[in-house]
Amino acid sequence: MNVIDIETGFQEKIDKDIRIEPRDWMPDNYRQTLIRQIGQHAHSEIVGMLPEGNWITRAPSLKRKVALLAKIQDEAGHGLYLYSAAETLGADRDQMYEELHTGKAKYSSIFNYPTLTWADMGAVGWLVDGAAIQNQIPLCRCSYGPYGRAMVRICKEESFHQRQGYEIMLVLCQGTPVQKAMAQDALNRFWWPSLMMFGPPDDVSTHTAQSKRWGIKRFTNDELRQRFVDMIVPQAAHLGITIPDPDIKWNEERQHYDYGQINWDEFWQVVKGNGPCNKERMEARVKAWEDGAWVREAATAYASKHTNVSNQKSQAV
Amino acid sequence: MKSWPLYEVFIRSKAGLHHKHAGSLHAADAQMAIENARDVYCRRNEGASIWVVLSSDIIASNPQESEELFDPAEDKIYRHPTFYHVPEGVKHL
Ligand SMILES: [Fe+2]
Ligand SMILES: [Fe+2]
Repeated sequence: MNVIDIETGFQEKIDKDIRIEPRDWMPDNYRQTLIRQIGQHAHSEIVGMLPEGNWITRAPSLKRKVALLAKIQDEAGHGLYLYSAAETLGADRDQMYEELHTGKAKYSSIFNYPTLTWADMGAVGWLVDGAAIQNQIPLCRCSYGPYGRAMVRICKEESFHQRQGYEIMLVLCQGTPVQKAMAQDALNRFWWPSLMMFGPPDDVSTHTAQSKRWGIKRFTNDELRQRFVDMIVPQAAHLGITIPDPDIKWNEERQHYDYGQINWDEFWQVVKGNGPCNKERMEARVKAWEDGAWVREAATAYASKHTNVSNQKSQAV
Repeated sequence: MKSWPLYEVFIRSKAGLHHKHAGSLHAADAQMAIENARDVYCRRNEGASIWVVLSSDIIASNPQESEELFDPAEDKIYRHPTFYHVPEGVKHL
């Protein structure tokens, strides 16, 4: 078979919804696109722990503290599932870490915003995890097997994340006027950045067409963003707080909510590293990695000492 | 971390079921691989037993040889019960 036949065969498999597995032939671009996307996704899970980690010691009750700890631990797990999915494509774990730490690899821009009050833990769970779920559900059917399987596992865990966030908001909104104002303020700050999580609008999104053809993406950025808006508007109404967008309005003709202009300049600024917390996040991440170096070295030394001992023993027999 | 090998993780979700591949992880040794597998893949009662095996120890079939390996089974329809004629009225067959 020549290259063209193999490529056609590959596309036919995808069109028939047959999954691609690690050792199957795949075009180099498909491999590179997935390594980049899964890597960014993994990094987002890992960096995503930082804004919430900020509130573990200050959670208002033991119940909230165990929930937050469990959620953050899940995010670490999500990062690990995804890193290992990327490794099935030949990516190297250490290199992926290095690309994150040196700023070469990107992660979701949402995590470069600060979490200033306890209500932000509510807004993050409700909006940020809510947006992540919209993005992730279609990825469960991604053409690349290991990525799809990782996403199935992740999606199962995400629904608790969103619910615990919404519950935090609900309790605050039923509380004192000051508590409700705190919830409103969190919504005000996280609303627009959450909409940006779906990425640039379709007319400037360069990868969408190819990713759709390859069965990596099932819906466009704008389609997913619209679903998110449609999901959140009634939920906000139930909380009795207002989405900070005067243009939000039900459109009978479209059967969707209309919403206002997103400030894409801000989005690109944050992506380029100029968000409120980019520097702080990377410093925290790099510090955690460097502070853990001695643990990794000790574990390696212990493991090699033990293999040496057991090798000597089996030689003696 | 460079020297930490990759392990494949298999989980038995409850007694009576097979171990099933769950994913992979890096660990310094097998014991750590089991402990990490507990934390990474069994946070919600997903496991009753864990196997870990060095990824480098797995011997896999080659996808390029799939046809030779699996196609011969395709035309052996006589291996399935539906190939055989059962007269009307005959039960429990
Ligand atoms: Fe996650
Ligand atoms: Fe989450």
